[in-house]
Amino acid sequence: MAESFKFELVSPERLLVSEDVESVVVPGAEGEMTVMAKHAPVMTTVQPGVVTVKTAAGKADRYVVFGGFADILPEGCTLLAESATHVDDIDRDGLARRIQNAREDVSDAKDEEARTKAEAYLAQLTTLERAILPA
Amino acid sequence: MASLKDLRNRIASVKATQKITKAMQMVAAAKLRRAQEAAEAARPYSERMAVVLANIADAVSGTDAPPLMTGTGKDDVHLLVVCTAERGLCGSFNSQIARLARDHTRKLLSAGKTVKIICVGKKGYDILRRDYANLIVERVDLREAKQIGFTHADGIAKKVIGLFDAGEFDVCTLFYSQFKSVISQIPTAQQLIPAKPATDAEAETVSNGGGVYDYEPDAGELLSDLIPRNIAVQVFSALLENAAGEMGAKMSAMDNATRNAGDMINKLTITYNRQRQAQITKELIEIISGAEAL
Repeated sequence: MAESFKFELVSPERLLVSEDVESVVVPGAEGEMTVMAKHAPVMTTVQPGVVTVKTAAGKADRYVVFGGFADILPEGCTLLAESATHVDDIDRDGLARRIQNAREDVSDAKDEEARTKAEAYLAQLTTLERAILPA
Repeated sequence: MASLKDLRNRIASVKATQKITKAMQMVAAAKLRRAQEAAEAARPYSERMAVVLANIADAVSGTDAPPLMTGTGKDDVHLLVVCTAERGLCGSFNSQIARLARDHTRKLLSAGKTVKIICVGKKGYDILRRDYANLIVERVDLREAKQIGFTHADGIAKKVIGLFDAGEFDVCTLFYSQFKSVISQIPTAQQLIPAKPATDAEAETVSNGGGVYDYEPDAGELLSDLIPRNIAVQVFSALLENAAGEMGAKMSAMDNATRNAGDMINKLTITYNRQRQAQITKELIEIISGAEAL
């Protein structure tokens, strides 16, 4: 059995998870990364996506996060999410609304830079939607 | 002199008022608990945020720090974000915040600076409109919001950052009321932009495991993503503190009102009884003197 470490998932409204886990899959800025105990210190922004948490007891939990960043240390990992929900409680309408907003952002974008940004965000959201919808 | 009937009506009306204020006090107490819980639940996030920010700010030393952190290098135009409650009947809560903002504004104006004001909450707008209507650039209405969510704070933060990017101001200060206890809320001014780095004491508690951080993407980019978020977090916690403070102030104001109503009822009852007694005595004297005359 792999070593466990402390994982915390915090959203501005509340502390969602604070427990010992075996591994966490974080949707980082440069691709998904699996964090295990004694990971080298990394700080990364988090994209909208699914965080998979495997607890020390062997249970797997999935959370949907919308942006944020992760602070990874050898002895623990803290994920500060802009908004986070358990995958079972996901508000599908809310997600649809976000996608709608993102679409509008793309069409309203004033310059190329803003458009690229908005398009990237929209792409992340649609991937996310596809990832969780069958669940 | 008021008649007995008038007095009876007064007593009845004060009693009705007392019932209302008592109910409001109880509602405020219940809401206060909820607001306090919300404020408490939000604390871990802002604490972590401060730690991480202090960490990363050390790594990005000055050279390529984003303008939100360094400011524009001037301080000619000040933006004041004044957060107050949406409703009154909470003692001096709103006027305290507004007074602090007004003093600040006066000081800045007399120093020859330009001032712009964003009002969050209706009450602050009502007060500040009297003196500085031409300085108010925007007002944010949160009346529909039952429970303040992060999205509200994020919206305000986005507006502020948008104005900053457009070069509309140099320094941004946030005004809100710090929740100390039910009976004491301290109006506070907090500088948002340029962001003040965390104090050394805070930074020292950070252990980074002896290792050097890897940053994904690089530290500068990360920081420019983090700072807007930090502003939103600060606005969010200010709004939550405000919500708790408002309920606290309302509770004590309503408690006072209930007690005052009680005092008033006592006084009125005494007057009423005395007058009733006087009338009885008068009637008796009339009967007796009538009998004697016979």
